[in-house]
Amino acid sequence: MSRSTPFKFRLYVAGDALNSALALANLTALCKTHLPGRHEIDVVDVFREPKVAMAAGVLMTPTLLKLSPSPARRIVGTLSQAQPFMRALGLPEAGPP
Amino acid sequence: MKTQRRSVVPGKAPTGIVGFDDITDGGLPVGRTTLLVGGPGSGKTIFALQFLAHGARACKESGIFIAFEEHSERIVTNASSFGWNLPELRRKKLFFIDAQPLPDLVQSGDFDLSGMLAVLQAKATDMKVRRIVFDALDIVLALLPDAAAKRREIYRLHEWLLEHKLTGLITAKSGGDESSYSNYSTPQPFSLMQFMVDCAVVLNHHVVQGVSQRNLRVQKYRGSRFDEDESPFVIGTSGFEVAVTRDLDRADMPVSKERVSSGVGRLDTMLGGGYYRGASVLITGFSGTAKTTLSGAFSEAACQRGERTLFVSFDSDASEVVRNLSSVDIQLARYVKNGVLRMVSARTISGSAETYLVRIKTLAREHKARCLVIDPISTWSESGSFLTAHSVAERLIDWSKAQGITLVCTRLLGEMSSLAEGGSPLQISTVADTWIHLDYLVQAGERNRGLSIIKSRGTAHSNQVRELILSDTGVSLADTYTAGGEVLMGTLRWEKERAENSATDAAEVARKLKRVRLDVEEAELEMRGQSLQTELVAKRVEKALLASATESSERELTRGHTRIRELRGADAAKPSDKTAARTQGKRAPRSLAGASRP
Repeated sequence: MSRSTPFKFRLYVAGDALNSALALANLTALCKTHLPGRHEIDVVDVFREPKVAMAAGVLMTPTLLKLSPSPARRIVGTLSQAQPFMRALGLPEAGPP
Repeated sequence: MKTQRRSVVPGKAPTGIVGFDDITDGGLPVGRTTLLVGGPGSGKTIFALQFLAHGARACKESGIFIAFEEHSERIVTNASSFGWNLPELRRKKLFFIDAQPLPDLVQSGDFDLSGMLAVLQAKATDMKVRRIVFDALDIVLALLPDAAAKRREIYRLHEWLLEHKLTGLITAKSGGDESSYSNYSTPQPFSLMQFMVDCAVVLNHHVVQGVSQRNLRVQKYRGSRFDEDESPFVIGTSGFEVAVTRDLDRADMPVSKERVSSGVGRLDTMLGGGYYRGASVLITGFSGTAKTTLSGAFSEAACQRGERTLFVSFDSDASEVVRNLSSVDIQLARYVKNGVLRMVSARTISGSAETYLVRIKTLAREHKARCLVIDPISTWSESGSFLTAHSVAERLIDWSKAQGITLVCTRLLGEMSSLAEGGSPLQISTVADTWIHLDYLVQAGERNRGLSIIKSRGTAHSNQVRELILSDTGVSLADTYTAGGEVLMGTLRWEKERAENSATDAAEVARKLKRVRLDVEEAELEMRGQSLQTELVAKRVEKALLASATESSERELTRGHTRIRELRGADAAKPSDKTAARTQGKRAPRSLAGASRP
C-alpha cells in the first residue's frame, strides 16, 4: 500500500465515559505518531445515535472501525496497547520506545 | 383457575413453562433480574426463548433477545419445532440482536457495554419492551481483561435493567453439574451475579447409567416463596416441561363413585361393580400371567362405552398387542380404526422415566383420553432411572387422578422365585387404589393362572383366589376348589368338578334305589301283616270251636254219669265224692306197698 493512502476511522464512543475518552485520546496519539497527515477520525456517540451503532453491530464501546483502506477492521477497547492496533492496521510494529 | 391466581400475584412474569410457574409461584420477578446458570446443552437458551415467546404470545409483552453465543437465525430455526411461531413474533413483538464477538475481533485495552445498553435502550423504548434476555453473557464477560472490569460491567447491566424496570433473564454457563459449578474456576463474576440478582435458577444435566437426567433448581428468589428442591424437567415437543413433585396447594379433585367395568364380568362382581372412575389400578404378576390381556379387556370395555383410551405398551408393538389380544376375543382393531383407541408402542420412546411421563402426558392430552393403560410400568425402573422412577410413577397416578383418567398399569414381577411383592423400587402399590395380583399355580404338571384382589380402596371385594381362564371366547374367572388345604385349578379343578357331579348323580341313584327297596319291603310287610291277621282269625275260630267241643263233650259226660247214677239209683254225685274216690284209688297202691314193708 502506498504511503499516501488515507486511513478512515470511525470511533464509536459511549458519551464521555472513561473508556471512550481514553480510546479517543489513544487513537489521536497513535495517528499522530504513525499516520501523520493521512487519517480521518469520525466519532459516533452511541447514546446520541444508537440506531447507527446498531446498524453497524457495535455493542461494545469503545469500538474503532477502520473503514479504509480495505480490509475493514474492528478494534474493541481503549487502544491502550499499541501492538494489536498496529497489527490490525497492517502497519509495521513499532518497538517499545 | 391457576391463570387467575397468577394474574393476581403482583410482580410475576409468567414463563409459560409447565411446572416452573408453579415452582416459583407465578414466574420470574417483574422488573428484576434473573440468572439462569447451566452446563452445555442444559437448555438455557430454550428456557430463555420460551420466556420471551410466552411473553409475546400470552402476555402481549415485547422482548429482546441478545445472542452472545449462537447466531440468532440458528436459534430461531432450532426452536421452530416447538411451535412458538417465532418468525411471526419476530415481526412485531420480538427482536433478536446478534452480539457474538467476531473471530477477527481485535481487542486492545478495556471496553464496556454502555454501547450495547444505549442500543438496547433505544430499541426498548421503540418497542415498549418488557422482557429482555442476555443469552450466554459469559462469552462477552470473558473478553474483559480483569475481574474488576467484569464486576463493573455486571453492575452496569444490572443497574440498567433495574432503572428501566425490565424483566431480565441472564444466562451463563457453568461447568456442567452443580458441584463443578460451585467450584467454578473463575467463580468471582458469577458468584457476584448470584448475589446481585433477585432470582437464580440452576439447570443440571447428568447422565445416570447411560440415561440423560435433567433437573432444575431455584437457588434463590427474593421476596417470593418457591420450591427449593430439584425438579426434573424435559425438553419436550412444546418446549420446557418441569415436573412438579409436590404441590400441597393443589385442590383435591372431586372423586367419583361411578364404576367402570374391568372388562371381565366376574371381576367386576368381585370388585363390587368394577373399578372406580378415576382410580388407579395396578396389576402385578410374572411374565405371561395375562397382565396385558386383563388390561386389554379393560381397554375394550372402555372403547365399547365410547371412552377415548390410550394404550401404551412398553414391550410389544401396538399391532402385536392387537393381534395377540384378538386370540382371546378382545377385538381392539376396530377401535384403533375409528380412533377411539390409540395404541402407542413406547419401545420407540427412549430416555429417562421423566421423558416417559412427559410423553405419556402429552399423548393423553392430545388424545383426550379418559382411560389410560400402561403396560408395563416396571420398564421405567429399568431404564437407568432407578431413583426417579418411583416418584414418576407416583406423579403419573397423581396426574391421572387430577385429570379424572382411569389408569390401569401393569407391573412385571421379576424372578419367578421372588414372591415378595414389594421388592421392587417401583413401590406404587401403596399409591394405587386397586391392586390385582396374578399368579401361577403349578399343580399336577399344569400351570394355571390365579387372580386375587390384594386391595381395592373403598370397595368391599372378594377375598377369594379365582382362576383366570383365557379362551378363544374371552376372558373369564372360575371358582377354585380347595381340597386338603390346596387350591385346585385347571384340570384338577375340572376333575374335581366332574367327580363332584358324578358323585351327586350316584347319590341320587342310590337314594332312588333305596326308596324302591323300602317300598318293596313295606309292601311285603304289609302283606305279611295281612296274612298273619287271617291266620289269627283262623286260630281264633279254631280255638272257639275247640272250646265249644270240649264243653259239649263234658256236658255229655256229666249227663252220662248222672244217667248211670240214676240208673244205679245212687245219690246225686258230689264233687267231693269224686275226689275221695280218686284219693282212695291213689292210696291203694301205697297201702299195698306199706303192707308189704313190715
